[in-house]
Amino acid sequence: MISVQHLYKSFDGRTVLHDINARFDNGKVNLIIGQSGSGKTVFMNNLVGLLTPDSGTIMYDDRDFVSMSKREKILLRREMGMIFQSAALFDSMSVLDNVMFPLNMFSDKPYDDRRRRAEDCLARVNLSGTGGKFPKELSGGMQKRVAIARAIALEPRYLFCDEPNSGLDPKTSIVIDELIQGITHEDHITTIVNTHDMNSVMGIGENIIFICEGRAEWQGPNTEIMDADNQRLDDFIFASDILRQVKLAHDEARRG
Amino acid sequence: MLTPRSALIDLGRYVELMGRVLTRPDRWRMFYRQYVTEMFQLGYNSIGIVLIISFFIGAVICLQIKLNIQSPWMPRMVVGYTTREIMLLEFSSSIMCLILAGKVGSNIASELGTMRITQQIDALDIMGVNSANYLILPKVAGLITIMPILVTFSVASGVLGAYATSLMGTTTVPELNEGFRYSFNQWFFWCGIIKAIVYAFIITTVSSYKGYTVVGGSVEVGKASTDAVVTSSILVLFADIFLTQILT
Ligand SMILES: Nc1ncnc2c1ncn2[C@@H]1O[C@H](COP(=O)(O)OP(=O)(O)OP(=O)(O)O)[C@@H](O)[C@H]1O
Ligand SMILES: [Mg+2]
Repeated sequence: MISVQHLYKSFDGRTVLHDINARFDNGKVNLIIGQSGSGKTVFMNNLVGLLTPDSGTIMYDDRDFVSMSKREKILLRREMGMIFQSAALFDSMSVLDNVMFPLNMFSDKPYDDRRRRAEDCLARVNLSGTGGKFPKELSGGMQKRVAIARAIALEPRYLFCDEPNSGLDPKTSIVIDELIQGITHEDHITTIVNTHDMNSVMGIGENIIFICEGRAEWQGPNTEIMDADNQRLDDFIFASDILRQVKLAHDEARRG
Repeated sequence: MLTPRSALIDLGRYVELMGRVLTRPDRWRMFYRQYVTEMFQLGYNSIGIVLIISFFIGAVICLQIKLNIQSPWMPRMVVGYTTREIMLLEFSSSIMCLILAGKVGSNIASELGTMRITQQIDALDIMGVNSANYLILPKVAGLITIMPILVTFSVASGVLGAYATSLMGTTTVPELNEGFRYSFNQWFFWCGIIKAIVYAFIITTVSSYKGYTVVGGSVEVGKASTDAVVTSSILVLFADIFLTQILT
Protein backbone atom coordinates (compact mmCIF):
# COMPACT_ATOMS: atom_id res chain seq x y z
CA MET A 1 0.00 0.00 0.00
CA ILE A 2 1.14 3.51 -0.77
CA SER A 3 -0.40 6.42 1.08
CA VAL A 4 0.07 10.09 0.33
CA GLN A 5 -0.67 12.90 2.75
CA HIS A 6 -0.78 16.66 2.20
CA LEU A 7 1.40 16.57 -0.89
CA TYR A 8 2.31 19.94 -2.42
CA LYS A 9 4.43 20.63 -5.47
CA SER A 10 5.02 23.88 -7.31
CA PHE A 11 7.22 25.06 -10.17
CA ASP A 12 8.56 28.63 -10.11
CA GLY A 13 5.84 29.75 -7.72
CA ARG A 14 3.00 28.10 -9.68
CA THR A 15 1.42 25.39 -7.56
CA VAL A 16 0.71 22.26 -9.59
CA LEU A 17 -0.32 19.90 -6.79
CA HIS A 18 -2.42 21.22 -3.86
CA ASP A 19 -2.73 19.19 -0.69
CA ILE A 20 -3.16 15.76 -2.31
CA ASN A 21 -4.31 12.93 -0.04
CA ALA A 22 -4.66 9.47 -1.52
CA ARG A 23 -4.37 5.77 -0.79
CA PHE A 24 -3.26 3.14 -3.30
CA ASP A 25 -4.18 -0.41 -2.32
CA ASN A 26 -2.25 -3.63 -2.58
CA GLY A 27 -3.22 -6.12 -5.29
CA LYS A 28 -5.43 -3.57 -7.02
CA VAL A 29 -5.15 -1.41 -10.11
CA ASN A 30 -5.23 2.17 -8.82
CA LEU A 31 -6.01 4.82 -11.41
CA ILE A 32 -5.10 8.47 -11.35
CA ILE A 33 -7.44 10.23 -13.74
CA GLY A 34 -7.80 13.82 -14.81
CA GLN A 35 -7.63 16.18 -17.74
CA SER A 36 -4.47 16.79 -19.69
CA GLY A 37 -2.35 19.20 -17.67
CA SER A 38 -4.09 18.45 -14.37
CA GLY A 39 -0.84 17.21 -12.82
CA LYS A 40 -1.00 13.40 -13.16
CA THR A 41 2.52 12.99 -14.46
CA VAL A 42 3.88 15.43 -11.88
CA PHE A 43 2.08 13.44 -9.16
CA MET A 44 3.50 10.14 -10.36
CA ASN A 45 7.00 11.58 -10.70
CA ASN A 46 6.75 12.71 -7.08
CA LEU A 47 5.67 9.21 -6.04
CA VAL A 48 8.66 7.53 -7.70
CA GLY A 49 11.14 10.22 -6.70
CA LEU A 50 11.93 11.75 -10.09
CA LEU A 51 10.64 14.97 -8.48
CA THR A 52 10.83 15.98 -4.83
CA PRO A 53 7.63 17.30 -3.23
CA ASP A 54 7.67 20.73 -1.57
CA SER A 55 5.95 19.21 1.44
CA GLY A 56 3.88 16.18 2.42
CA THR A 57 4.55 12.53 3.10
CA ILE A 58 4.61 9.49 0.84
CA MET A 59 4.53 6.15 2.69
CA TYR A 60 5.49 2.89 0.99
CA ASP A 61 3.84 0.48 3.40
CA ASP A 62 5.58 1.70 6.56
CA ARG A 63 8.52 3.43 4.92
CA ASP A 64 8.58 7.20 4.57
CA PHE A 65 9.91 7.82 1.05
CA VAL A 66 10.41 11.58 1.24
CA SER A 67 12.67 11.64 4.30
CA MET A 68 14.64 8.53 3.30
CA SER A 69 18.38 8.66 2.70
CA LYS A 70 19.61 8.37 -0.89
CA ARG A 71 20.86 4.87 -0.22
CA GLU A 72 17.48 3.69 1.12
CA LYS A 73 15.73 5.28 -1.84
CA ILE A 74 17.90 3.33 -4.26
CA LEU A 75 17.08 0.09 -2.44
CA LEU A 76 13.36 0.86 -2.45
CA ARG A 77 13.51 1.65 -6.15
CA ARG A 78 14.57 -1.92 -6.83
CA GLU A 79 11.06 -2.88 -5.70
CA MET A 80 9.51 -0.53 -8.26
CA GLY A 81 8.78 -1.00 -11.92
CA MET A 82 7.76 1.85 -14.18
CA ILE A 83 6.31 2.13 -17.65
CA PHE A 84 6.83 5.58 -19.12
CA GLN A 85 4.46 7.49 -21.36
CA SER A 86 7.04 7.07 -24.16
CA ALA A 87 7.98 3.44 -23.25
CA ALA A 88 11.61 4.63 -22.78
CA LEU A 89 13.20 1.40 -24.00
CA PHE A 90 16.99 1.43 -24.37
CA ASP A 91 17.28 1.87 -28.11
CA SER A 92 20.84 0.57 -28.32
CA MET A 93 19.81 -2.83 -26.93
CA SER A 94 17.75 -5.68 -28.35
CA VAL A 95 14.34 -6.39 -26.86
CA LEU A 96 15.67 -9.35 -24.88
CA ASP A 97 18.57 -7.27 -23.53
CA ASN A 98 16.10 -4.58 -22.51
CA VAL A 99 14.08 -7.06 -20.47
CA MET A 100 17.23 -8.69 -19.11
CA PHE A 101 18.76 -5.37 -18.13
CA PRO A 102 17.33 -5.09 -14.60
CA LEU A 103 18.20 -8.75 -14.03
CA ASN A 104 21.76 -8.26 -15.27
CA MET A 105 22.08 -5.29 -12.98
CA PHE A 106 20.61 -6.66 -9.79
CA SER A 107 20.25 -10.43 -9.94
CA ASP A 108 23.00 -12.78 -8.81
CA LYS A 109 21.53 -15.71 -10.72
CA PRO A 110 23.53 -17.33 -13.54
CA TYR A 111 23.10 -16.17 -17.12
CA ASP A 112 20.77 -19.00 -18.16
CA ASP A 113 18.34 -18.29 -15.33
CA ARG A 114 18.29 -14.57 -16.11
CA ARG A 115 17.68 -15.28 -19.75
CA ARG A 116 14.90 -17.71 -18.97
CA ARG A 117 13.23 -15.19 -16.66
CA ALA A 118 13.41 -12.51 -19.40
CA GLU A 119 11.91 -14.89 -21.94
CA ASP A 120 9.13 -15.77 -19.49
CA CYS A 121 8.33 -12.08 -19.06
CA LEU A 122 8.23 -11.60 -22.83
CA ALA A 123 5.92 -14.61 -23.15
CA ARG A 124 3.68 -13.11 -20.52
CA VAL A 125 3.12 -10.04 -22.67
CA ASN A 126 2.68 -12.25 -25.76
CA LEU A 127 5.94 -11.26 -27.36
CA SER A 128 7.83 -14.56 -27.43
CA GLY A 129 10.12 -14.65 -30.40
CA THR A 130 10.72 -10.91 -30.70
CA GLY A 131 13.72 -10.97 -28.32
CA GLY A 132 16.20 -10.46 -31.13
CA LYS A 133 14.52 -7.37 -32.54
CA PHE A 134 15.40 -3.78 -31.68
CA PRO A 135 12.84 -1.36 -30.18
CA LYS A 136 12.72 0.78 -33.32
CA GLU A 137 11.51 -2.26 -35.29
CA LEU A 138 8.41 -2.62 -33.08
CA SER A 139 5.05 -0.87 -33.17
CA GLY A 140 4.05 1.47 -30.35
CA GLY A 141 1.82 -1.14 -28.70
CA MET A 142 4.57 -3.76 -28.83
CA GLN A 143 7.04 -1.28 -27.31
CA LYS A 144 4.63 -0.69 -24.45
CA ARG A 145 4.40 -4.43 -23.88
CA VAL A 146 8.20 -4.75 -23.86
CA ALA A 147 8.24 -1.94 -21.30
CA ILE A 148 5.79 -3.93 -19.18
CA ALA A 149 7.98 -7.03 -19.48
CA ARG A 150 11.02 -5.02 -18.42
CA ALA A 151 9.15 -3.47 -15.49
CA ILE A 152 8.03 -6.85 -14.10
CA ALA A 153 11.32 -8.72 -14.67
CA LEU A 154 12.45 -8.19 -11.08
CA GLU A 155 9.02 -9.00 -9.62
CA PRO A 156 8.30 -5.50 -8.32
CA ARG A 157 5.99 -4.79 -5.40
CA TYR A 158 4.98 -1.46 -6.89
CA LEU A 159 4.20 -0.87 -10.56
CA PHE A 160 3.77 2.60 -12.07
CA CYS A 161 2.34 3.19 -15.54
CA ASP A 162 2.16 6.68 -17.03
CA GLU A 163 -0.56 6.62 -19.69
CA PRO A 164 0.12 3.09 -20.92
CA ASN A 165 -2.59 3.54 -23.58
CA SER A 166 -1.62 6.86 -25.09
CA GLY A 167 -1.31 6.62 -28.85
CA LEU A 168 -2.86 3.15 -29.04
CA ASP A 169 -6.09 2.04 -30.68
CA PRO A 170 -8.98 1.02 -28.35
CA LYS A 171 -8.52 -2.69 -28.91
CA THR A 172 -4.78 -2.65 -28.21
CA SER A 173 -5.48 -0.43 -25.19
CA ILE A 174 -7.76 -3.07 -23.75
CA VAL A 175 -5.11 -5.74 -24.29
CA ILE A 176 -2.58 -3.61 -22.38
CA ASP A 177 -5.10 -2.85 -19.62
CA GLU A 178 -5.92 -6.51 -19.16
CA LEU A 179 -2.23 -7.40 -19.07
CA ILE A 180 -1.63 -4.85 -16.34
CA GLN A 181 -4.65 -6.01 -14.39
CA GLY A 182 -3.71 -9.68 -14.74
CA ILE A 183 -0.17 -9.10 -13.53
CA THR A 184 -1.40 -6.96 -10.64
CA HIS A 185 -3.77 -9.65 -9.39
CA GLU A 186 -1.51 -12.65 -9.94
CA ASP A 187 1.58 -11.10 -8.35
CA HIS A 188 -0.33 -9.05 -5.78
CA ILE A 189 1.33 -5.79 -6.81
CA THR A 190 0.38 -2.24 -5.89
CA THR A 191 -0.21 -0.82 -9.34
CA ILE A 192 -0.76 2.86 -10.13
CA VAL A 193 -1.87 3.90 -13.61
CA ASN A 194 -2.19 7.43 -14.99
CA THR A 195 -4.87 7.65 -17.61
CA HIS A 196 -7.56 9.74 -19.24
CA ASP A 197 -8.98 6.79 -21.15
CA MET A 198 -12.61 6.08 -20.17
CA ASN A 199 -12.35 2.45 -21.29
CA SER A 200 -9.62 1.94 -18.70
CA VAL A 201 -11.66 3.71 -16.03
CA MET A 202 -14.63 1.43 -16.58
CA GLY A 203 -12.55 -1.66 -17.31
CA ILE A 204 -9.85 -1.81 -14.64
CA GLY A 205 -10.53 1.08 -12.26
CA GLU A 206 -10.62 -0.75 -8.95
CA ASN A 207 -9.62 2.36 -7.06
CA ILE A 208 -9.73 5.75 -8.74
CA ILE A 209 -8.29 9.10 -7.73
CA PHE A 210 -9.65 12.01 -9.72
CA ILE A 211 -7.34 15.01 -9.96
CA CYS A 212 -8.64 18.35 -11.13
CA GLU A 213 -6.38 21.41 -11.36
CA GLY A 214 -3.94 19.84 -8.96
CA ARG A 215 -6.48 18.85 -6.27
CA ALA A 216 -7.66 15.34 -5.47
CA GLU A 217 -11.40 15.81 -6.00
CA TRP A 218 -12.76 12.30 -5.57
CA GLN A 219 -11.61 8.79 -4.68
CA GLY A 220 -13.48 5.52 -5.09
CA PRO A 221 -13.95 2.39 -7.25
CA ASN A 222 -15.38 2.51 -10.80
CA THR A 223 -18.59 0.86 -9.56
CA GLU A 224 -19.37 4.05 -7.65
CA ILE A 225 -18.30 6.53 -10.29
CA MET A 226 -21.78 6.62 -11.88
CA ASP A 227 -23.33 7.70 -8.62
CA ALA A 228 -20.59 10.05 -7.51
CA ASP A 229 -22.02 13.37 -6.53
CA ASN A 230 -19.30 15.57 -7.98
CA GLN A 231 -19.97 18.00 -10.81
CA ARG A 232 -16.35 18.24 -11.99
CA LEU A 233 -15.97 14.48 -12.07
CA ASP A 234 -19.19 14.17 -14.07
CA ASP A 235 -18.00 16.85 -16.50
CA PHE A 236 -14.75 14.99 -17.00
CA ILE A 237 -16.07 11.41 -17.22
CA PHE A 238 -19.21 12.08 -19.19
CA ALA A 239 -17.71 14.54 -21.61
CA SER A 240 -18.80 12.82 -24.82
CA ASP A 241 -22.39 12.62 -26.04
CA ILE A 242 -22.53 8.84 -25.87
CA LEU A 243 -21.32 8.72 -22.30
CA ARG A 244 -23.70 11.52 -21.28
CA GLN A 245 -26.60 9.45 -22.57
CA VAL A 246 -25.32 6.43 -20.67
CA LYS A 247 -25.26 8.57 -17.55
CA LEU A 248 -28.78 9.91 -18.17
CA ALA A 249 -30.10 6.38 -18.68
CA HIS A 250 -28.35 5.27 -15.50
CA ASP A 251 -29.78 8.16 -13.47
CA GLU A 252 -33.26 7.52 -14.80
CA ALA A 253 -33.04 3.80 -14.02
CA ARG A 254 -31.98 4.66 -10.48
CA ARG A 255 -34.84 7.11 -9.99
CA GLY A 256 -37.50 5.03 -11.66
CA MET B 1 25.14 33.56 -22.15
CA LEU B 2 28.31 32.83 -20.25
CA THR B 3 28.43 34.88 -17.07
CA PRO B 4 30.66 34.27 -14.04
CA ARG B 5 27.55 33.17 -12.16
CA SER B 6 26.41 30.63 -14.76
CA ALA B 7 29.98 29.35 -15.09
CA LEU B 8 30.15 28.76 -11.34
CA ILE B 9 26.77 26.99 -11.35
CA ASP B 10 27.95 24.81 -14.24
CA LEU B 11 31.17 24.02 -12.40
CA GLY B 12 29.26 23.04 -9.27
CA ARG B 13 26.90 20.78 -11.16
CA TYR B 14 29.81 19.26 -13.08
CA VAL B 15 31.62 18.43 -9.85
CA GLU B 16 28.42 17.00 -8.38
CA LEU B 17 27.90 14.82 -11.45
CA MET B 18 31.50 13.61 -11.28
CA GLY B 19 30.86 12.63 -7.67
CA ARG B 20 28.20 10.24 -8.95
CA VAL B 21 30.29 9.07 -11.93
CA LEU B 22 33.52 8.29 -10.14
CA THR B 23 32.21 5.60 -7.81
CA ARG B 24 32.29 1.83 -7.82
CA PRO B 25 30.01 0.40 -10.54
CA ASP B 26 26.82 -1.32 -9.32
CA ARG B 27 27.76 -4.42 -11.26
CA TRP B 28 31.25 -5.00 -12.68
CA ARG B 29 30.14 -7.33 -15.48
CA MET B 30 27.88 -4.58 -16.85
CA PHE B 31 30.73 -2.09 -16.53
CA TYR B 32 33.17 -4.30 -18.50
CA ARG B 33 30.63 -4.87 -21.22
CA GLN B 34 30.03 -1.14 -21.63
CA TYR B 35 33.77 -0.42 -21.31
CA VAL B 36 34.63 -2.67 -24.25
CA THR B 37 31.77 -1.21 -26.33
CA GLU B 38 32.90 2.35 -25.62
CA MET B 39 36.54 1.59 -26.41
CA PHE B 40 35.36 0.27 -29.71
CA GLN B 41 32.93 3.12 -30.47
CA LEU B 42 35.01 6.04 -29.28
CA GLY B 43 38.50 4.72 -29.94
CA TYR B 44 38.59 2.07 -32.60
CA ASN B 45 36.26 4.03 -34.85
CA SER B 46 38.61 7.03 -34.63
CA ILE B 47 41.73 5.18 -35.78
CA GLY B 48 41.04 5.91 -39.46
CA ILE B 49 40.69 9.66 -39.05
CA VAL B 50 43.77 9.76 -36.78
CA LEU B 51 45.94 7.88 -39.28
CA ILE B 52 44.85 9.94 -42.27
CA ILE B 53 45.15 13.35 -40.65
CA SER B 54 48.47 12.56 -38.99
CA PHE B 55 49.95 11.22 -42.22
CA PHE B 56 49.19 14.43 -44.10
CA ILE B 57 50.19 16.74 -41.28
CA GLY B 58 53.51 14.85 -40.92
CA ALA B 59 54.13 15.29 -44.64
CA VAL B 60 53.13 18.95 -44.67
CA ILE B 61 55.24 19.92 -41.66
CA CYS B 62 58.21 18.19 -43.24
CA LEU B 63 57.69 20.01 -46.54
CA GLN B 64 57.20 23.40 -44.91
CA ILE B 65 60.39 23.10 -42.94
CA LYS B 66 62.38 21.83 -45.85
CA LEU B 67 61.18 24.57 -48.17
CA ASN B 68 61.12 27.52 -45.78
CA ILE B 69 63.67 26.95 -43.06
CA GLN B 70 66.45 24.84 -44.41
CA SER B 71 69.37 26.73 -45.86
CA PRO B 72 72.98 25.80 -46.65
CA TRP B 73 74.22 26.94 -43.27
CA MET B 74 71.79 24.75 -41.32
CA PRO B 75 72.55 21.12 -40.53
CA ARG B 76 70.84 18.52 -42.72
CA MET B 77 69.07 16.89 -39.87
CA VAL B 78 66.95 19.97 -39.06
CA VAL B 79 64.00 18.79 -41.19
CA GLY B 80 63.57 15.38 -39.54
CA TYR B 81 64.39 16.67 -36.09
CA THR B 82 61.84 19.50 -36.19
CA THR B 83 59.13 17.34 -37.70
CA ARG B 84 59.63 14.76 -34.97
CA GLU B 85 59.51 17.30 -32.17
CA ILE B 86 56.38 19.00 -33.47
CA MET B 87 54.57 15.69 -33.86
CA LEU B 88 55.61 14.40 -30.44
CA LEU B 89 55.19 17.58 -28.45
CA GLU B 90 52.11 19.20 -29.90
CA PHE B 91 50.41 17.65 -32.88
CA SER B 92 49.94 14.03 -31.91
CA SER B 93 48.80 14.84 -28.41
CA SER B 94 47.11 18.24 -28.31
CA ILE B 95 45.96 18.96 -31.85
CA MET B 96 44.94 15.34 -32.41
CA CYS B 97 42.83 15.46 -29.23
CA LEU B 98 41.34 18.75 -30.35
CA ILE B 99 40.16 17.05 -33.53
CA LEU B 100 38.87 14.10 -31.52
CA ALA B 101 37.05 16.50 -29.21
CA GLY B 102 34.91 17.36 -32.22
CA LYS B 103 34.19 13.77 -33.17
CA VAL B 104 33.94 12.11 -29.76
CA GLY B 105 32.46 15.09 -27.90
CA SER B 106 29.48 15.59 -30.20
CA ASN B 107 28.93 11.83 -30.31
CA ILE B 108 28.78 11.53 -26.52
CA ALA B 109 26.67 14.65 -25.94
CA SER B 110 24.05 13.76 -28.54
CA GLU B 111 23.83 10.15 -27.38
CA LEU B 112 23.31 11.06 -23.72
CA GLY B 113 21.08 14.03 -24.60
CA THR B 114 18.79 11.80 -26.63
CA MET B 115 18.68 9.25 -23.82
CA ARG B 116 17.73 12.06 -21.44
CA ILE B 117 14.87 13.50 -23.51
CA THR B 118 13.43 10.06 -24.34
CA GLN B 119 13.40 9.27 -20.58
CA GLN B 120 15.84 6.38 -20.92
CA ILE B 121 17.94 7.95 -18.16
CA ASP B 122 14.84 8.30 -15.96
CA ALA B 123 14.13 4.63 -16.60
CA LEU B 124 17.61 3.75 -15.31
CA ASP B 125 17.15 5.94 -12.23
CA ILE B 126 13.77 4.35 -11.45
CA MET B 127 15.36 0.92 -11.51
CA GLY B 128 17.74 2.09 -8.83
CA VAL B 129 20.73 2.13 -11.18
CA ASN B 130 23.29 4.90 -10.74
CA SER B 131 22.70 6.14 -14.29
CA ALA B 132 25.60 8.62 -14.29
CA ASN B 133 28.03 5.92 -13.27
CA TYR B 134 26.60 3.28 -15.60
CA LEU B 135 26.58 5.54 -18.68
CA ILE B 136 29.55 7.86 -18.18
CA LEU B 137 32.27 5.92 -16.36
CA PRO B 138 32.78 3.39 -19.20
CA LYS B 139 33.15 6.27 -21.67
CA VAL B 140 35.77 7.98 -19.50
CA ALA B 141 37.67 4.77 -18.84
CA GLY B 142 37.36 3.65 -22.45
CA LEU B 143 38.75 6.81 -24.01
CA ILE B 144 41.51 7.09 -21.39
CA THR B 145 42.60 3.58 -22.30
CA ILE B 146 42.51 4.07 -26.03
CA MET B 147 43.83 7.64 -26.33
CA PRO B 148 47.51 6.77 -25.67
CA ILE B 149 47.26 4.15 -28.41
CA LEU B 150 45.77 6.72 -30.80
CA VAL B 151 48.62 9.11 -29.96
CA THR B 152 51.19 6.42 -30.71
CA PHE B 153 49.50 5.65 -34.02
CA SER B 154 49.42 9.34 -34.82
CA VAL B 155 53.16 9.78 -34.26
CA ALA B 156 53.93 6.72 -36.35
CA SER B 157 51.64 7.86 -39.14
CA GLY B 158 53.17 11.35 -39.07
CA VAL B 159 56.65 9.91 -39.45
CA LEU B 160 55.46 7.81 -42.37
CA GLY B 161 54.00 10.95 -43.93
CA ALA B 162 57.35 12.67 -43.57
CA TYR B 163 59.10 9.77 -45.28
CA ALA B 164 56.53 9.91 -48.02
CA THR B 165 57.80 13.37 -49.01
CA SER B 166 61.04 11.68 -50.09
CA LEU B 167 59.03 10.01 -52.82
CA MET B 168 58.38 13.49 -54.22
CA GLY B 169 62.08 14.15 -54.20
CA THR B 170 61.84 17.05 -51.77
CA THR B 171 63.65 15.27 -48.95
CA THR B 172 65.91 12.27 -48.82
CA VAL B 173 65.58 9.23 -46.60
CA PRO B 174 69.09 9.52 -45.11
CA GLU B 175 68.60 13.12 -44.01
CA LEU B 176 65.25 12.25 -42.44
CA ASN B 177 66.78 9.22 -40.72
CA GLU B 178 69.49 11.40 -39.26
CA GLY B 179 66.97 14.00 -38.08
CA PHE B 180 64.58 11.53 -36.54
CA ARG B 181 67.38 9.95 -34.51
CA TYR B 182 69.10 13.17 -33.50
CA SER B 183 69.14 13.71 -29.73
CA PHE B 184 65.95 11.76 -29.11
CA ASN B 185 64.43 12.40 -25.69
CA GLN B 186 62.09 9.58 -24.70
CA TRP B 187 60.42 11.74 -22.07
CA PHE B 188 58.78 13.80 -24.81
CA PHE B 189 56.88 10.73 -25.93
CA TRP B 190 55.62 10.16 -22.39
CA CYS B 191 54.62 13.84 -22.19
CA GLY B 192 52.34 13.21 -25.17
CA ILE B 193 50.82 10.17 -23.49
CA ILE B 194 50.19 12.01 -20.20
CA LYS B 195 48.61 14.92 -22.05
CA ALA B 196 46.41 12.55 -24.03
CA ILE B 197 45.12 10.93 -20.85
CA VAL B 198 44.23 14.30 -19.33
CA TYR B 199 42.52 15.42 -22.55
CA ALA B 200 40.57 12.16 -22.78
CA PHE B 201 39.25 12.83 -19.28
CA ILE B 202 38.31 16.42 -20.17
CA ILE B 203 36.60 15.52 -23.44
CA THR B 204 34.53 12.63 -22.08
CA THR B 205 33.48 14.22 -18.80
CA VAL B 206 32.63 17.66 -20.23
CA SER B 207 30.67 16.20 -23.15
CA SER B 208 28.89 13.76 -20.86
CA TYR B 209 27.97 16.59 -18.53
CA LYS B 210 26.52 18.59 -21.42
CA GLY B 211 24.53 15.63 -22.72
CA TYR B 212 23.41 14.20 -19.39
CA THR B 213 21.96 17.50 -18.19
CA VAL B 214 19.92 18.35 -21.32
CA VAL B 215 16.45 19.71 -20.58
CA GLY B 216 13.95 20.02 -23.42
CA GLY B 217 13.87 18.51 -26.88
CA SER B 218 15.87 17.90 -30.04
CA VAL B 219 16.91 21.55 -30.36
CA GLU B 220 18.51 21.41 -26.92
CA VAL B 221 20.28 18.16 -27.80
CA GLY B 222 21.79 19.86 -30.85
CA LYS B 223 22.85 22.79 -28.73
CA ALA B 224 24.36 20.53 -26.07
CA SER B 225 26.35 18.75 -28.75
CA THR B 226 27.80 22.02 -30.08
CA ASP B 227 28.46 23.26 -26.55
CA ALA B 228 30.25 20.03 -25.73
CA VAL B 229 32.66 20.46 -28.64
CA VAL B 230 33.31 24.15 -27.99
CA THR B 231 33.78 23.80 -24.24
CA SER B 232 35.96 20.72 -24.37
CA SER B 233 38.13 22.23 -27.15
CA ILE B 234 38.72 25.37 -25.12
CA LEU B 235 39.49 23.37 -22.00
CA VAL B 236 41.88 21.09 -23.90
CA LEU B 237 43.86 24.09 -25.16
CA PHE B 238 43.76 25.67 -21.71
CA ALA B 239 45.06 22.46 -20.14
CA ASP B 240 47.75 22.30 -22.85
CA ILE B 241 49.35 25.49 -21.59
CA PHE B 242 49.60 24.21 -18.03
CA LEU B 243 50.66 20.70 -18.95
CA THR B 244 53.37 21.99 -21.26
CA GLN B 245 54.64 24.24 -18.49
CA ILE B 246 54.62 21.44 -15.92
CA LEU B 247 55.92 18.57 -18.04
CA THR B 248 58.73 20.19 -20.04
N1 LIG C 1 9.22 20.50 -15.02
C1 LIG C 1 8.18 21.36 -15.01
N2 LIG C 1 8.39 22.68 -14.87
C2 LIG C 1 7.35 23.55 -14.84
N3 LIG C 1 6.08 23.20 -14.98
C3 LIG C 1 5.80 21.88 -15.15
C4 LIG C 1 6.84 20.90 -15.17
N4 LIG C 1 6.28 19.69 -15.34
C5 LIG C 1 4.95 19.91 -15.43
N5 LIG C 1 4.66 21.22 -15.30
C6 LIG C 1 3.31 21.81 -15.32
O1 LIG C 1 2.49 21.07 -14.46
C7 LIG C 1 1.18 20.91 -15.01
C8 LIG C 1 0.77 19.46 -14.96
O2 LIG C 1 1.53 18.74 -15.92
P1 LIG C 1 1.45 17.16 -16.06
O3 LIG C 1 2.50 16.76 -17.02
O4 LIG C 1 1.48 16.53 -14.72
O5 LIG C 1 0.02 16.95 -16.72
P2 LIG C 1 -0.71 15.56 -17.02
O6 LIG C 1 -1.89 15.52 -16.15
O7 LIG C 1 0.26 14.45 -16.93
O8 LIG C 1 -1.17 15.79 -18.50
P3 LIG C 1 -1.20 14.73 -19.73
O9 LIG C 1 -2.44 13.96 -19.53
O10 LIG C 1 -1.30 15.61 -20.92
O11 LIG C 1 0.04 13.92 -19.68
C9 LIG C 1 1.23 21.49 -16.42
O12 LIG C 1 0.54 22.72 -16.40
C10 LIG C 1 2.68 21.70 -16.70
O13 LIG C 1 2.85 22.90 -17.42
MG1 LIG D 1 1.20 13.06 -18.38
